[in-house]
Amino acid sequence: MIILKATGLTKVYNPDTVPVHALRGVDLEVHEGEFTAIVGPSGSGKTTLLNIIGGLDRPDEGKVWINGTDISTLSENRLIDFRRDNIGFVFQSYNLIPVLTARENAEFVMLLQGRPKAERMARTGQLLQEVGLGDKMDYRPTQLSGGQQQRVAVARALAPKPRFILADEPTANLDSVSTRNLLDIMARLNEEENVTFLFSTHDQRVIERARRVITLEDGKIVSDETFDR
Amino acid sequence: MKTLLVLAWRNIWRNKRRTWITAASIFFAVVLSTLMVSIQKGAWDRMEESVVNYYFGYIQIHAKGYWNDRSIDLAFAETDSLRAIPERVPGVETTVPRLESFALAARGDNTTGVMVVGIDPEREHLMTRLKDRIVAGSYFADGEAAALIAEGVAERLGLSLGDTIILLSQGYHGVNAAGKYPVKGLVHFGSPELNKQMVYLPLPVAQYFYGAEGLITSIALKVEDKDEVPEVLEVLRSSLDTTRYEVMDWHEMMPELVEARAVDTAGNYLMLLILYLIVSFGIFGTILMMTAERSYEFGVLVAIGMKRLQLSVEVWLEILFIAFLGTFLGFLASFPVVYWFHTHPIDFTGNKEMAETYARFGFEPIFPAAFEPFVFLSQAMVVFVITTILALYPFWKIGRLKPVEAMRH
Repeated sequence: MIILKATGLTKVYNPDTVPVHALRGVDLEVHEGEFTAIVGPSGSGKTTLLNIIGGLDRPDEGKVWINGTDISTLSENRLIDFRRDNIGFVFQSYNLIPVLTARENAEFVMLLQGRPKAERMARTGQLLQEVGLGDKMDYRPTQLSGGQQQRVAVARALAPKPRFILADEPTANLDSVSTRNLLDIMARLNEEENVTFLFSTHDQRVIERARRVITLEDGKIVSDETFDR
Repeated sequence: MKTLLVLAWRNIWRNKRRTWITAASIFFAVVLSTLMVSIQKGAWDRMEESVVNYYFGYIQIHAKGYWNDRSIDLAFAETDSLRAIPERVPGVETTVPRLESFALAARGDNTTGVMVVGIDPEREHLMTRLKDRIVAGSYFADGEAAALIAEGVAERLGLSLGDTIILLSQGYHGVNAAGKYPVKGLVHFGSPELNKQMVYLPLPVAQYFYGAEGLITSIALKVEDKDEVPEVLEVLRSSLDTTRYEVMDWHEMMPELVEARAVDTAGNYLMLLILYLIVSFGIFGTILMMTAERSYEFGVLVAIGMKRLQLSVEVWLEILFIAFLGTFLGFLASFPVVYWFHTHPIDFTGNKEMAETYARFGFEPIFPAAFEPFVFLSQAMVVFVITTILALYPFWKIGRLKPVEAMRH
């Protein structure tokens, strides 16, 4: 089942001064349950592509369908709701809320969805256990290592049970042990809960675990390979 | 909304330093504006009190037309019915009969214009506490032909206790009024205007001096509560023969004082506006700082699914909570600060130049702070409302926020 479809995505920054062509007509389809890496050198358009797919940015041209919904036609508020209910984000620099504990960060989206407290507690408790932070639920981000913070970010992304997770360079700031742990967790969630992962990376360790690798160069897809892992 | 309230409440205590910095700016704004308004009000209240309470009274009864002409020819007798006003009219504590007219006072070659007032010593003291304001000498004993003079008159004529003051005037229906009286006491008035012109004689002595036996020119009323003046005025006007008498409150008798206060108050409003602007900038600065340092957080929240309006309202509620905290603490702290200035007025009497400047405007150079709940409450409310309005800034900021850019910071 196709969960994500993008056609003709084009994005140009600074069109009036020094135009930078971040995307040049990208077409993409992602099926449910995929574990896909988008790779490419810096400036190839990976982050721009993820931002547009996630509805954080709008393309100059092209369309994005998620579960059959054309998100480019949604109003700002409906897009935010759609993002909240359908997409989980894991950012390169974790992007946790500094004043909230690990558990509060993880449950935040569920809180916005108006889920009951008991459900939030159960779900975030379970997720934080799964990512190995069962004993650090009341820690604030500053009290956690980079790897632990990124695991909280994964728990936050998964808590509202989104259709897929977009992860932008999730291991860029992690050491090799933390990277391996995080990849293990993501792979397990992908296999056991059929969560679709789409992440940008140029980390070889991540690329080696992906079952599909899409290579971007100068805003275009130059290769799209599938591996049986 | 409940979720946003919970989030806002939680957030303000998760960054206590930021909360207290913002609350402090609001706190100082409340204390400053309360103090400023209290001193402005206190200075005018004192001025009014020194003029109204210490002499004129809040209400006076005269023969019709007297106040315009101030002619002693419009003197009248204090009838039993007039004497019974305190018993008849609720809110009137006592009445004070007076015979007033202007005269020329002299000692040797020195002369000055004065207001010679005949008083009933006992009743006068009940209203104006005249006995308490004697700074040298003593109060009238029964029936003696002596004068109490204001300090300023004594100074101008070079009079001291026991000296004789000579008074010349035109009496009732043109009779020649002349007399000389020993100075029995010196009286201090808060109002520089009164201080340079008041001379008191016992009522029978003044009546003899002016040739107005048994007559008076005014009855001043002491009211139990100055807020009841309009009601008392209405009762008097409906019960007295208004073809013979006029009943006036102090606003009507001294429009220049009312006007001066209005003009000064308008000037003070301008000062207050400047103060509000300054405190607004202070509060806005902290809100600006708070909003700027949280743009990353705002970006994340919008990215993961918090609507801009929700986020704006949540931040607004945070500032509202902090505003309430700062306002409440400022409100509480204002009490001892204002009370101190209430009991320890700012006093410029030691500075001769400044004292003379204020005297020219009819002011005693002493500025106590008014200690009134309304001032505390109103200033706390004003600062709270200002903060509430300034707290709308995050709506604008969050409305324009680009999550991707905000998260890069």
